[in-house]
Amino acid sequence: MSTVPTGTNVESYRVIRNKHVGRYVAAVVTVLLLLSVVLAFARADIDWATVGEYLTAKSILTGFMVTIYLTVISMAIGIVLGILIAVMRLAHNPVVSWIAWLYVWFFRGTPVYLQLLLWFNIAIVFPRYGIPGIYEGRTVDIVTPIVAAILGLGLNQAAYTSEVVRGGILSVDRGQDEAAKALGLTGLSSMRTVVLPQAMRVILPPIGNETIGMLKTTSLASAIGATEILNEAQHIYLVNNLIIELLIVTAIWYLLAVSVLSIVQYYIERHFGRGHAAQTAGVGLLSRIQTVLGTSRRNP
Amino acid sequence: MSTTDTATSTDPLVRLEKIRKSYGSNEVLRGIDLKIASGEVVCILGPSGSGKSTLLRCINHIEKPSSGFVIVDEEVIGFRKDARSAGALRELKEAELARQRRTMGMVFQRFNLFPHMTVLENITHAPRLVRHVASRKARERALELLDTVGLKDRASAYPGQLSGGQQQRVAIARALAMDPALMLFDEPTSALDPELVGDVLEVMKKLAQQGLTMIVVTHEIGFAREVADRVVFMDNGEIIEQGPPHAVIDDPQHERTRAFLSRVL
Repeated sequence: MSTVPTGTNVESYRVIRNKHVGRYVAAVVTVLLLLSVVLAFARADIDWATVGEYLTAKSILTGFMVTIYLTVISMAIGIVLGILIAVMRLAHNPVVSWIAWLYVWFFRGTPVYLQLLLWFNIAIVFPRYGIPGIYEGRTVDIVTPIVAAILGLGLNQAAYTSEVVRGGILSVDRGQDEAAKALGLTGLSSMRTVVLPQAMRVILPPIGNETIGMLKTTSLASAIGATEILNEAQHIYLVNNLIIELLIVTAIWYLLAVSVLSIVQYYIERHFGRGHAAQTAGVGLLSRIQTVLGTSRRNP
Repeated sequence: MSTTDTATSTDPLVRLEKIRKSYGSNEVLRGIDLKIASGEVVCILGPSGSGKSTLLRCINHIEKPSSGFVIVDEEVIGFRKDARSAGALRELKEAELARQRRTMGMVFQRFNLFPHMTVLENITHAPRLVRHVASRKARERALELLDTVGLKDRASAYPGQLSGGQQQRVAIARALAMDPALMLFDEPTSALDPELVGDVLEVMKKLAQQGLTMIVVTHEIGFAREVADRVVFMDNGEIIEQGPPHAVIDDPQHERTRAFLSRVL
Protein backbone atom coordinates (compact mmCIF):
# COMPACT_ATOMS: atom_id res chain seq x y z
CA MET A 1 0.00 0.00 0.00
CA SER A 2 2.85 2.37 -0.67
CA THR A 3 3.03 5.01 -3.29
CA VAL A 4 5.98 5.37 -5.58
CA PRO A 5 6.67 8.93 -6.60
CA THR A 6 6.40 9.29 -10.35
CA GLY A 7 9.72 9.48 -12.08
CA THR A 8 11.62 7.22 -9.61
CA ASN A 9 13.18 4.12 -11.03
CA VAL A 10 11.48 1.17 -9.27
CA GLU A 11 14.30 -1.16 -10.23
CA SER A 12 16.69 0.74 -8.01
CA TYR A 13 14.81 -0.24 -4.84
CA ARG A 14 16.30 -2.87 -2.55
CA VAL A 15 13.85 -5.69 -1.69
CA ILE A 16 13.64 -6.74 1.96
CA ARG A 17 12.20 -10.25 2.23
CA ASN A 18 9.84 -11.26 5.04
CA LYS A 19 11.71 -12.82 7.96
CA HIS A 20 9.12 -15.50 8.81
CA VAL A 21 9.66 -15.00 12.53
CA GLY A 22 6.75 -17.34 13.29
CA ARG A 23 8.59 -20.30 11.80
CA TYR A 24 11.55 -19.84 14.12
CA VAL A 25 9.34 -19.42 17.17
CA ALA A 26 7.38 -22.56 16.25
CA ALA A 27 10.60 -24.50 15.71
CA VAL A 28 12.05 -23.51 19.09
CA VAL A 29 8.82 -24.32 20.96
CA THR A 30 8.56 -27.67 19.23
CA VAL A 31 12.14 -28.63 19.98
CA LEU A 32 11.67 -27.74 23.67
CA LEU A 33 8.48 -29.80 23.91
CA LEU A 34 10.08 -32.77 22.17
CA LEU A 35 13.10 -32.55 24.47
CA SER A 36 10.90 -32.66 27.56
CA VAL A 37 9.07 -35.74 26.24
CA VAL A 38 12.34 -37.46 25.39
CA LEU A 39 13.69 -36.59 28.87
CA ALA A 40 10.56 -38.00 30.51
CA PHE A 41 11.06 -41.28 28.68
CA ALA A 42 14.79 -41.29 29.44
CA ARG A 43 14.24 -40.74 33.16
CA ALA A 44 11.34 -43.19 33.39
CA ASP A 45 11.97 -46.71 34.52
CA ILE A 46 12.27 -48.13 31.02
CA ASP A 47 14.72 -50.87 30.19
CA TRP A 48 15.83 -49.75 26.71
CA ALA A 49 17.99 -52.83 26.29
CA THR A 50 14.82 -54.92 26.61
CA VAL A 51 13.15 -52.79 23.96
CA GLY A 52 16.01 -53.53 21.57
CA GLU A 53 15.93 -57.18 22.48
CA TYR A 54 12.21 -57.66 21.93
CA LEU A 55 12.14 -55.52 18.77
CA THR A 56 13.26 -58.55 16.76
CA ALA A 57 11.85 -61.28 18.97
CA LYS A 58 10.35 -64.10 16.93
CA SER A 59 6.80 -63.81 18.30
CA ILE A 60 6.80 -60.02 17.76
CA LEU A 61 7.95 -60.47 14.16
CA THR A 62 5.33 -63.15 13.55
CA GLY A 63 2.71 -60.88 15.10
CA PHE A 64 3.83 -58.04 12.86
CA MET A 65 3.51 -60.28 9.81
CA VAL A 66 -0.03 -61.19 10.90
CA THR A 67 -0.81 -57.47 11.25
CA ILE A 68 0.46 -56.81 7.73
CA TYR A 69 -1.40 -59.85 6.40
CA LEU A 70 -4.67 -58.74 8.02
CA THR A 71 -4.21 -55.21 6.67
CA VAL A 72 -3.52 -56.33 3.10
CA ILE A 73 -6.32 -58.92 2.88
CA SER A 74 -8.90 -56.73 4.63
CA MET A 75 -8.07 -53.71 2.48
CA ALA A 76 -8.19 -55.84 -0.68
CA ILE A 77 -11.66 -57.06 0.27
CA GLY A 78 -12.62 -53.54 1.31
CA ILE A 79 -11.54 -51.96 -1.97
CA VAL A 80 -12.92 -54.57 -4.37
CA LEU A 81 -16.23 -54.86 -2.52
CA GLY A 82 -16.30 -51.11 -1.93
CA ILE A 83 -16.05 -50.34 -5.65
CA LEU A 84 -18.75 -52.92 -6.36
CA ILE A 85 -21.07 -51.40 -3.75
CA ALA A 86 -20.40 -47.87 -4.99
CA VAL A 87 -21.27 -48.86 -8.57
CA MET A 88 -24.35 -50.69 -7.27
CA ARG A 89 -25.37 -47.63 -5.30
CA LEU A 90 -25.21 -45.50 -8.45
CA ALA A 91 -27.00 -48.10 -10.60
CA HIS A 92 -30.30 -47.27 -12.32
CA ASN A 93 -31.81 -50.46 -10.92
CA PRO A 94 -33.53 -49.26 -7.73
CA VAL A 95 -33.36 -52.68 -6.03
CA VAL A 96 -29.61 -52.94 -6.58
CA SER A 97 -29.13 -49.38 -5.37
CA TRP A 98 -31.19 -50.07 -2.26
CA ILE A 99 -29.20 -53.21 -1.40
CA ALA A 100 -26.02 -51.15 -1.55
CA TRP A 101 -27.56 -48.48 0.65
CA LEU A 102 -28.63 -51.13 3.20
CA TYR A 103 -25.13 -52.61 3.26
CA VAL A 104 -23.54 -49.26 4.01
CA TRP A 105 -26.23 -48.46 6.58
CA PHE A 106 -25.52 -51.63 8.55
CA PHE A 107 -21.74 -51.81 8.38
CA ARG A 108 -21.20 -48.11 8.95
CA GLY A 109 -23.85 -48.01 11.65
CA THR A 110 -22.26 -50.48 14.04
CA PRO A 111 -18.82 -50.38 15.70
CA VAL A 112 -16.17 -52.49 13.99
CA TYR A 113 -15.35 -54.02 17.37
CA LEU A 114 -18.92 -55.29 17.63
CA GLN A 115 -18.73 -56.63 14.07
CA LEU A 116 -15.56 -58.54 14.92
CA LEU A 117 -17.30 -60.17 17.89
CA LEU A 118 -20.32 -60.90 15.69
CA TRP A 119 -18.24 -62.71 13.07
CA PHE A 120 -16.29 -64.57 15.71
CA ASN A 121 -19.57 -65.87 17.17
CA ILE A 122 -21.35 -66.34 13.84
CA ALA A 123 -21.53 -70.09 14.46
CA ILE A 124 -24.30 -69.41 17.00
CA VAL A 125 -26.50 -68.15 14.15
CA PHE A 126 -25.23 -70.39 11.36
CA PRO A 127 -23.93 -73.58 12.98
CA ARG A 128 -23.36 -75.22 9.59
CA TYR A 129 -22.27 -73.87 6.23
CA GLY A 130 -22.42 -75.07 2.61
CA ILE A 131 -25.13 -76.76 0.56
CA PRO A 132 -26.90 -79.38 2.68
CA GLY A 133 -26.24 -82.91 1.46
CA ILE A 134 -23.60 -81.94 -1.09
CA TYR A 135 -20.93 -79.94 0.66
CA GLU A 136 -21.20 -78.77 4.23
CA GLY A 137 -19.31 -78.45 7.47
CA ARG A 138 -19.35 -76.96 10.92
CA THR A 139 -18.96 -73.18 10.93
CA VAL A 140 -16.72 -73.19 14.02
CA ASP A 141 -14.18 -75.21 12.05
CA ILE A 142 -13.64 -72.48 9.46
CA VAL A 143 -14.26 -69.23 11.35
CA THR A 144 -10.92 -69.00 13.13
CA PRO A 145 -9.95 -65.71 14.83
CA ILE A 146 -8.04 -64.71 11.69
CA VAL A 147 -10.96 -65.49 9.37
CA ALA A 148 -13.36 -63.63 11.67
CA ALA A 149 -10.95 -60.68 11.74
CA ILE A 150 -10.66 -60.60 7.93
CA LEU A 151 -14.43 -60.77 7.50
CA GLY A 152 -15.09 -58.15 10.14
CA LEU A 153 -12.42 -55.70 9.03
CA GLY A 154 -12.88 -56.26 5.27
CA LEU A 155 -16.67 -56.00 5.18
CA ASN A 156 -16.64 -52.95 7.44
CA GLN A 157 -13.98 -51.32 5.29
CA ALA A 158 -16.04 -51.97 2.14
CA ALA A 159 -18.84 -49.79 3.54
CA TYR A 160 -16.45 -46.87 4.05
CA THR A 161 -14.55 -47.41 0.81
CA SER A 162 -17.81 -47.48 -1.15
CA GLU A 163 -18.69 -44.00 0.07
CA VAL A 164 -15.23 -42.74 -0.88
CA VAL A 165 -15.50 -44.36 -4.31
CA ARG A 166 -19.02 -43.02 -4.83
CA GLY A 167 -17.80 -39.52 -4.04
CA GLY A 168 -14.92 -40.00 -6.47
CA ILE A 169 -17.20 -41.22 -9.27
CA LEU A 170 -19.57 -38.30 -8.74
CA SER A 171 -16.63 -35.89 -8.89
CA VAL A 172 -15.88 -36.86 -12.51
CA ASP A 173 -17.52 -34.51 -15.01
CA ARG A 174 -20.65 -36.06 -16.58
CA GLY A 175 -19.32 -35.08 -19.97
CA GLN A 176 -16.67 -37.79 -19.65
CA ASP A 177 -19.26 -40.54 -19.48
CA GLU A 178 -21.24 -38.89 -22.27
CA ALA A 179 -18.16 -38.71 -24.49
CA ALA A 180 -17.40 -42.38 -23.82
CA LYS A 181 -20.96 -43.40 -24.60
CA ALA A 182 -21.05 -41.25 -27.74
CA LEU A 183 -18.00 -43.24 -28.89
CA GLY A 184 -19.98 -46.46 -28.47
CA LEU A 185 -18.68 -47.62 -25.10
CA THR A 186 -21.15 -49.41 -22.85
CA GLY A 187 -21.86 -48.00 -19.41
CA LEU A 188 -19.63 -50.57 -17.78
CA SER A 189 -16.61 -50.00 -20.04
CA SER A 190 -17.06 -46.26 -19.70
CA MET A 191 -17.02 -46.70 -15.93
CA ARG A 192 -14.00 -49.01 -16.03
CA THR A 193 -11.78 -47.20 -18.53
CA VAL A 194 -12.89 -43.55 -18.38
CA VAL A 195 -14.69 -42.63 -15.16
CA LEU A 196 -12.97 -44.79 -12.51
CA PRO A 197 -9.39 -43.98 -13.57
CA GLN A 198 -10.22 -40.30 -13.17
CA ALA A 199 -12.11 -40.87 -9.95
CA MET A 200 -8.94 -42.54 -8.61
CA ARG A 201 -7.30 -39.14 -8.25
CA VAL A 202 -10.00 -38.20 -5.77
CA ILE A 203 -10.38 -41.67 -4.24
CA LEU A 204 -6.75 -42.50 -3.52
CA PRO A 205 -5.78 -39.98 -0.84
CA PRO A 206 -8.62 -41.09 1.48
CA ILE A 207 -8.00 -44.77 0.62
CA GLY A 208 -4.37 -44.22 1.60
CA ASN A 209 -5.52 -42.79 4.90
CA GLU A 210 -7.91 -45.68 5.40
CA THR A 211 -5.15 -48.23 4.72
CA ILE A 212 -3.08 -46.57 7.39
CA GLY A 213 -6.14 -46.58 9.63
CA MET A 214 -6.71 -50.26 8.88
CA LEU A 215 -3.14 -51.12 9.85
CA LYS A 216 -3.92 -49.83 13.31
CA THR A 217 -7.51 -51.07 13.49
CA THR A 218 -6.23 -54.63 13.05
CA SER A 219 -5.12 -54.33 16.69
CA LEU A 220 -8.81 -54.73 17.63
CA ALA A 221 -8.54 -58.29 16.33
CA SER A 222 -6.51 -59.08 19.44
CA ALA A 223 -9.87 -58.99 21.26
CA ILE A 224 -11.02 -62.11 19.43
CA GLY A 225 -7.66 -63.81 19.82
CA ALA A 226 -6.10 -63.13 16.43
CA THR A 227 -2.37 -63.27 17.07
CA GLU A 228 -1.39 -59.93 15.54
CA ILE A 229 1.45 -57.83 16.97
CA LEU A 230 -0.38 -56.18 19.88
CA ASN A 231 -1.82 -59.53 20.94
CA GLU A 232 1.70 -61.04 20.91
CA ALA A 233 3.07 -58.12 22.91
CA GLN A 234 0.30 -58.50 25.48
CA HIS A 235 1.06 -62.19 25.81
CA ILE A 236 4.67 -61.34 26.60
CA TYR A 237 4.10 -58.49 29.05
CA LEU A 238 1.43 -60.40 30.94
CA VAL A 239 4.20 -62.86 31.75
CA ASN A 240 7.24 -60.63 32.35
CA ASN A 241 5.45 -57.37 33.29
CA LEU A 242 7.63 -55.25 30.95
CA ILE A 243 4.52 -53.37 29.82
CA ILE A 244 5.92 -50.05 28.53
CA GLU A 245 8.90 -51.75 26.88
CA LEU A 246 6.69 -54.04 24.82
CA LEU A 247 4.26 -51.27 23.98
CA ILE A 248 7.20 -49.22 22.70
CA VAL A 249 8.35 -52.19 20.62
CA THR A 250 4.89 -52.44 19.13
CA ALA A 251 4.69 -48.70 18.50
CA ILE A 252 8.02 -48.79 16.66
CA TRP A 253 6.74 -51.46 14.27
CA TYR A 254 3.49 -49.60 13.64
CA LEU A 255 5.36 -46.35 12.94
CA LEU A 256 7.73 -48.14 10.59
CA ALA A 257 4.87 -49.70 8.63
CA VAL A 258 2.90 -46.45 8.45
CA SER A 259 5.99 -44.61 7.17
CA VAL A 260 6.48 -47.15 4.41
CA LEU A 261 2.78 -46.92 3.50
CA SER A 262 2.98 -43.14 3.29
CA ILE A 263 5.79 -43.39 0.75
CA VAL A 264 3.90 -45.98 -1.30
CA GLN A 265 0.80 -43.76 -1.17
CA TYR A 266 2.78 -40.84 -2.54
CA TYR A 267 3.94 -42.74 -5.61
CA ILE A 268 0.52 -44.28 -6.31
CA GLU A 269 -1.11 -40.85 -6.13
CA ARG A 270 1.45 -39.48 -8.51
CA HIS A 271 0.74 -42.28 -10.98
CA PHE A 272 -2.99 -41.57 -11.02
CA GLY A 273 -2.41 -37.83 -11.18
CA ARG A 274 -1.01 -38.08 -14.71
CA GLY A 275 -2.67 -35.73 -17.12
CA HIS A 276 -3.07 -33.33 -14.24
CA ALA A 277 0.63 -32.83 -14.59
CA ALA A 278 1.44 -29.48 -13.12
CA GLN A 279 0.84 -30.22 -9.44
CA THR A 280 2.76 -33.46 -9.02
CA ALA A 281 4.44 -34.91 -12.09
CA GLY A 282 8.19 -34.71 -12.14
CA VAL A 283 8.37 -33.62 -8.52
CA GLY A 284 10.19 -36.31 -6.60
CA LEU A 285 9.57 -37.32 -3.02
CA LEU A 286 12.85 -35.76 -1.94
CA SER A 287 11.99 -32.34 -3.27
CA ARG A 288 8.53 -32.60 -1.73
CA ILE A 289 10.12 -33.23 1.66
CA GLN A 290 12.40 -30.28 1.01
CA THR A 291 9.38 -28.14 0.22
CA VAL A 292 7.78 -29.14 3.51
CA LEU A 293 10.99 -28.43 5.39
CA GLY A 294 11.39 -25.17 3.53
CA THR A 295 14.82 -26.13 2.21
CA SER A 296 13.74 -26.33 -1.40
CA ARG A 297 15.24 -24.01 -3.92
CA ARG A 298 12.01 -24.11 -5.90
CA ASN A 299 9.31 -21.56 -5.25
CA PRO A 300 8.85 -21.56 -1.49
CA MET B 1 -22.92 -30.98 -52.52
CA SER B 2 -26.54 -31.88 -52.30
CA THR B 3 -29.35 -29.43 -52.04
CA THR B 4 -32.53 -29.55 -50.00
CA ASP B 5 -34.44 -30.92 -52.99
CA THR B 6 -32.28 -33.97 -53.48
CA ALA B 7 -32.20 -34.43 -49.71
CA THR B 8 -35.92 -35.03 -49.62
CA SER B 9 -36.18 -37.00 -52.83
CA THR B 10 -33.62 -39.69 -51.95
CA ASP B 11 -33.67 -41.85 -48.84
CA PRO B 12 -32.42 -39.65 -46.01
CA LEU B 13 -29.56 -40.81 -43.80
CA VAL B 14 -31.21 -39.29 -40.74
CA ARG B 15 -34.92 -38.97 -40.12
CA LEU B 16 -36.30 -37.32 -37.02
CA GLU B 17 -39.96 -38.08 -36.45
CA LYS B 18 -41.97 -35.92 -34.03
CA ILE B 19 -39.22 -35.68 -31.42
CA ARG B 20 -40.50 -34.39 -28.12
CA LYS B 21 -38.53 -33.95 -24.94
CA SER B 22 -39.69 -32.65 -21.58
CA TYR B 23 -37.98 -32.25 -18.27
CA GLY B 24 -40.85 -32.44 -15.82
CA SER B 25 -43.40 -29.92 -17.02
CA ASN B 26 -40.83 -28.05 -19.07
CA GLU B 27 -41.19 -29.01 -22.73
CA VAL B 28 -37.85 -28.44 -24.45
CA LEU B 29 -38.64 -30.01 -27.83
CA ARG B 30 -42.15 -29.76 -29.23
CA GLY B 31 -42.33 -32.25 -32.06
CA ILE B 32 -39.35 -31.90 -34.37
CA ASP B 33 -39.43 -33.41 -37.86
CA LEU B 34 -36.26 -33.28 -39.88
CA LYS B 35 -34.67 -35.25 -42.72
CA ILE B 36 -31.00 -35.11 -43.52
CA ALA B 37 -29.45 -36.62 -46.63
CA SER B 38 -26.17 -38.44 -46.78
CA GLY B 39 -23.36 -35.94 -47.34
CA GLU B 40 -25.47 -33.00 -46.28
CA VAL B 41 -24.20 -30.36 -43.87
CA VAL B 42 -26.95 -28.92 -41.70
CA CYS B 43 -26.39 -26.05 -39.32
CA ILE B 44 -28.89 -25.55 -36.54
CA LEU B 45 -29.15 -21.97 -35.33
CA GLY B 46 -31.26 -20.47 -32.61
CA PRO B 47 -31.18 -18.56 -29.35
CA SER B 48 -29.92 -20.33 -26.26
CA GLY B 49 -32.61 -22.40 -24.63
CA SER B 50 -34.25 -23.04 -28.00
CA GLY B 51 -33.61 -26.79 -27.65
CA LYS B 52 -31.03 -27.18 -30.41
CA SER B 53 -28.41 -28.90 -28.22
CA THR B 54 -31.07 -31.17 -26.72
CA LEU B 55 -32.18 -32.11 -30.23
CA LEU B 56 -28.62 -33.01 -31.17
CA ARG B 57 -28.22 -35.09 -28.00
CA CYS B 58 -31.47 -36.89 -28.77
CA ILE B 59 -30.11 -38.03 -32.13
CA ASN B 60 -27.55 -40.37 -30.53
CA HIS B 61 -29.74 -40.93 -27.48
CA ILE B 62 -27.28 -39.40 -25.02
CA GLU B 63 -30.59 -37.82 -24.10
CA LYS B 64 -33.62 -40.05 -24.62
CA PRO B 65 -36.53 -38.32 -26.38
CA SER B 66 -39.77 -38.40 -24.38
CA SER B 67 -41.48 -39.47 -27.58
CA GLY B 68 -40.77 -39.66 -31.29
CA PHE B 69 -38.16 -41.60 -33.22
CA VAL B 70 -34.70 -41.09 -34.61
CA ILE B 71 -33.95 -43.18 -37.67
CA VAL B 72 -30.36 -43.32 -38.87
CA ASP B 73 -29.46 -45.42 -41.86
CA GLU B 74 -32.77 -47.34 -41.67
CA GLU B 75 -32.25 -48.18 -37.99
CA VAL B 76 -34.52 -46.81 -35.27
CA ILE B 77 -32.12 -45.57 -32.61
CA GLY B 78 -32.78 -47.08 -29.21
CA PHE B 79 -35.28 -49.63 -30.53
CA ARG B 80 -35.59 -52.72 -32.65
CA LYS B 81 -38.56 -54.27 -34.39
CA ASP B 82 -40.17 -56.81 -32.13
CA ALA B 83 -39.92 -60.31 -33.58
CA ARG B 84 -43.18 -61.52 -32.08
CA SER B 85 -45.62 -58.69 -32.59
CA ALA B 86 -45.51 -56.84 -35.91
CA GLY B 87 -45.57 -53.07 -35.67
CA ALA B 88 -44.12 -53.03 -32.15
CA LEU B 89 -40.76 -51.59 -31.22
CA ARG B 90 -38.79 -53.02 -28.36
CA GLU B 91 -36.43 -50.83 -26.33
CA LEU B 92 -32.81 -51.80 -26.86
CA LYS B 93 -30.46 -53.14 -24.22
CA GLU B 94 -27.64 -50.77 -23.39
CA ALA B 95 -25.00 -52.77 -25.27
CA GLU B 96 -27.07 -52.69 -28.46
CA LEU B 97 -27.62 -48.95 -28.14
CA ALA B 98 -23.85 -48.58 -27.70
CA ARG B 99 -23.39 -50.44 -30.99
CA GLN B 100 -25.80 -48.05 -32.75
CA ARG B 101 -23.98 -45.02 -31.39
CA ARG B 102 -20.79 -46.12 -33.15
CA THR B 103 -22.20 -44.87 -36.45
CA MET B 104 -22.48 -41.35 -35.02
CA GLY B 105 -19.54 -39.26 -33.90
CA MET B 106 -20.11 -36.44 -31.48
CA VAL B 107 -18.09 -33.33 -30.69
CA PHE B 108 -18.93 -31.47 -27.49
CA GLN B 109 -18.81 -27.83 -26.54
CA ARG B 110 -16.44 -28.60 -23.65
CA PHE B 111 -14.35 -31.09 -25.72
CA ASN B 112 -14.68 -33.84 -23.08
CA LEU B 113 -11.33 -35.37 -23.92
CA PHE B 114 -10.20 -38.01 -21.46
CA PRO B 115 -7.65 -36.11 -19.35
CA HIS B 116 -5.88 -39.23 -18.07
CA MET B 117 -4.99 -40.39 -21.58
CA THR B 118 -2.58 -38.93 -24.10
CA VAL B 119 -3.90 -37.47 -27.34
CA LEU B 120 -3.07 -40.73 -29.12
CA GLU B 121 -4.76 -42.85 -26.45
CA ASN B 122 -7.82 -40.63 -26.60
CA ILE B 123 -8.16 -41.37 -30.30
CA THR B 124 -7.31 -45.08 -30.23
CA HIS B 125 -9.27 -45.92 -27.08
CA ALA B 126 -12.71 -46.56 -28.58
CA PRO B 127 -11.53 -48.25 -31.80
CA ARG B 128 -9.40 -50.65 -29.75
CA LEU B 129 -11.90 -51.32 -26.99
CA VAL B 130 -15.10 -51.30 -29.02
CA ARG B 131 -14.06 -52.33 -32.52
CA HIS B 132 -11.12 -54.47 -31.42
CA VAL B 133 -8.78 -52.82 -33.91
CA ALA B 134 -5.19 -53.99 -33.49
CA SER B 135 -3.17 -51.46 -31.54
CA ARG B 136 -0.74 -50.76 -34.39
CA LYS B 137 -3.50 -50.19 -36.93
CA ALA B 138 -5.39 -47.97 -34.50
CA ARG B 139 -2.23 -45.98 -33.93
CA GLU B 140 -1.56 -45.51 -37.64
CA ARG B 141 -5.12 -44.36 -38.22
CA ALA B 142 -4.92 -41.99 -35.25
CA LEU B 143 -1.75 -40.38 -36.58
CA GLU B 144 -3.41 -40.01 -39.97
CA LEU B 145 -6.38 -38.26 -38.35
CA LEU B 146 -4.08 -36.07 -36.26
CA ASP B 147 -2.41 -35.06 -39.48
CA THR B 148 -5.82 -34.11 -40.91
CA VAL B 149 -6.53 -31.84 -37.95
CA GLY B 150 -2.98 -30.47 -38.00
CA LEU B 151 -1.74 -31.89 -34.70
CA LYS B 152 0.49 -34.78 -35.68
CA ASP B 153 3.30 -33.57 -33.42
CA ARG B 154 1.10 -33.52 -30.28
CA ALA B 155 0.29 -37.24 -30.22
CA SER B 156 1.99 -37.88 -26.88
CA ALA B 157 0.72 -34.75 -25.13
CA TYR B 158 -1.99 -34.85 -22.50
CA PRO B 159 -5.16 -32.82 -23.16
CA GLY B 160 -4.29 -30.51 -20.26
CA GLN B 161 -1.17 -29.43 -22.14
CA LEU B 162 -3.13 -28.29 -25.21
CA SER B 163 -5.01 -25.11 -25.97
CA GLY B 164 -8.79 -25.26 -26.26
CA GLY B 165 -8.65 -25.13 -30.04
CA GLN B 166 -6.15 -27.99 -30.14
CA GLN B 167 -8.26 -30.02 -27.73
CA GLN B 168 -11.32 -29.57 -29.89
CA ARG B 169 -9.43 -30.68 -32.97
CA VAL B 170 -8.27 -33.79 -31.09
CA ALA B 171 -11.90 -34.38 -30.09
CA ILE B 172 -12.87 -34.23 -33.76
CA ALA B 173 -10.13 -36.73 -34.62
CA ARG B 174 -11.31 -38.98 -31.78
CA ALA B 175 -14.86 -39.02 -33.13
CA LEU B 176 -13.64 -39.64 -36.69
CA ALA B 177 -11.57 -42.61 -35.57
CA MET B 178 -14.78 -44.65 -35.26
CA ASP B 179 -15.51 -43.98 -38.97
CA PRO B 180 -18.95 -42.53 -38.29
CA ALA B 181 -21.53 -42.11 -41.04
CA LEU B 182 -22.68 -38.94 -39.32
CA MET B 183 -21.01 -36.29 -37.18
CA LEU B 184 -22.83 -34.29 -34.54
CA PHE B 185 -21.25 -31.02 -33.45
CA ASP B 186 -22.63 -29.42 -30.29
CA GLU B 187 -21.50 -25.77 -30.30
CA PRO B 188 -17.93 -26.85 -31.04
CA THR B 189 -16.45 -23.36 -30.89
CA SER B 190 -18.49 -21.77 -28.10
CA ALA B 191 -15.95 -22.52 -25.37
CA LEU B 192 -12.96 -21.30 -27.38
CA ASP B 193 -11.02 -18.08 -27.23
CA PRO B 194 -11.90 -16.05 -30.35
CA GLU B 195 -8.47 -16.45 -31.95
CA LEU B 196 -8.72 -20.27 -31.75
CA VAL B 197 -12.14 -20.59 -33.39
CA GLY B 198 -10.76 -20.33 -36.93
CA ASP B 199 -8.58 -23.47 -36.75
CA VAL B 200 -11.50 -25.61 -35.61
CA LEU B 201 -13.88 -24.24 -38.22
CA GLU B 202 -11.21 -24.80 -40.86
CA VAL B 203 -11.04 -28.51 -39.93
CA MET B 204 -14.84 -28.78 -40.00
CA LYS B 205 -14.96 -27.11 -43.39
CA LYS B 206 -12.46 -29.62 -44.71
CA LEU B 207 -14.62 -32.50 -43.44
CA ALA B 208 -17.70 -30.98 -45.07
CA GLN B 209 -15.86 -30.75 -48.38
CA GLN B 210 -14.91 -34.44 -48.07
CA GLY B 211 -18.63 -35.24 -48.07
CA LEU B 212 -19.11 -36.14 -44.42
CA THR B 213 -22.69 -35.81 -43.18
CA MET B 214 -22.68 -33.20 -40.44
CA ILE B 215 -25.23 -31.71 -38.10
CA VAL B 216 -23.78 -28.63 -36.48
CA VAL B 217 -25.35 -26.67 -33.65
CA THR B 218 -23.53 -23.36 -33.78
CA HIS B 219 -23.56 -19.64 -33.25
CA GLU B 220 -21.08 -19.10 -36.08
CA ILE B 221 -23.32 -17.49 -38.67
CA GLY B 222 -20.39 -17.01 -41.03
CA PHE B 223 -19.57 -20.71 -40.95
CA ALA B 224 -23.21 -21.64 -41.53
CA ARG B 225 -23.45 -19.30 -44.49
CA GLU B 226 -20.26 -20.59 -46.07
CA VAL B 227 -20.36 -24.32 -45.35
CA ALA B 228 -23.94 -25.41 -44.67
CA ASP B 229 -26.15 -26.93 -47.35
CA ARG B 230 -29.11 -26.11 -45.20
CA VAL B 231 -29.73 -23.92 -42.19
CA VAL B 232 -32.38 -24.81 -39.65
CA PHE B 233 -33.57 -22.08 -37.32
CA MET B 234 -35.05 -23.23 -34.02
CA ASP B 235 -36.79 -21.31 -31.28
CA ASN B 236 -38.69 -22.47 -28.23
CA GLY B 237 -38.40 -26.17 -29.09
CA GLU B 238 -39.67 -25.85 -32.65
CA ILE B 239 -38.22 -25.48 -36.12
CA ILE B 240 -39.26 -22.00 -37.24
CA GLU B 241 -37.79 -22.07 -40.70
CA GLN B 242 -35.19 -23.86 -42.78
CA GLY B 243 -33.62 -23.67 -46.18
CA PRO B 244 -30.38 -22.80 -47.98
CA PRO B 245 -28.19 -20.43 -45.97
CA HIS B 246 -28.67 -17.45 -48.26
CA ALA B 247 -32.43 -17.76 -47.84
CA VAL B 248 -32.57 -18.23 -44.08
CA ILE B 249 -29.71 -15.97 -43.09
CA ASP B 250 -29.94 -13.21 -45.66
CA ASP B 251 -33.67 -13.22 -46.31
CA PRO B 252 -35.44 -14.70 -43.27
CA GLN B 253 -39.21 -15.07 -43.61
CA HIS B 254 -40.13 -15.21 -39.95
CA GLU B 255 -40.08 -12.44 -37.40
CA ARG B 256 -38.33 -14.62 -34.77
CA THR B 257 -35.55 -15.53 -37.20
CA ARG B 258 -35.08 -11.88 -38.09
CA ALA B 259 -35.02 -10.88 -34.41
CA PHE B 260 -32.38 -13.54 -33.64
CA LEU B 261 -30.19 -12.70 -36.61
CA SER B 262 -30.31 -8.98 -35.93
CA ARG B 263 -28.93 -9.72 -32.46
CA VAL B 264 -26.06 -11.97 -33.56
CA LEU B 265 -25.01 -10.48 -36.86
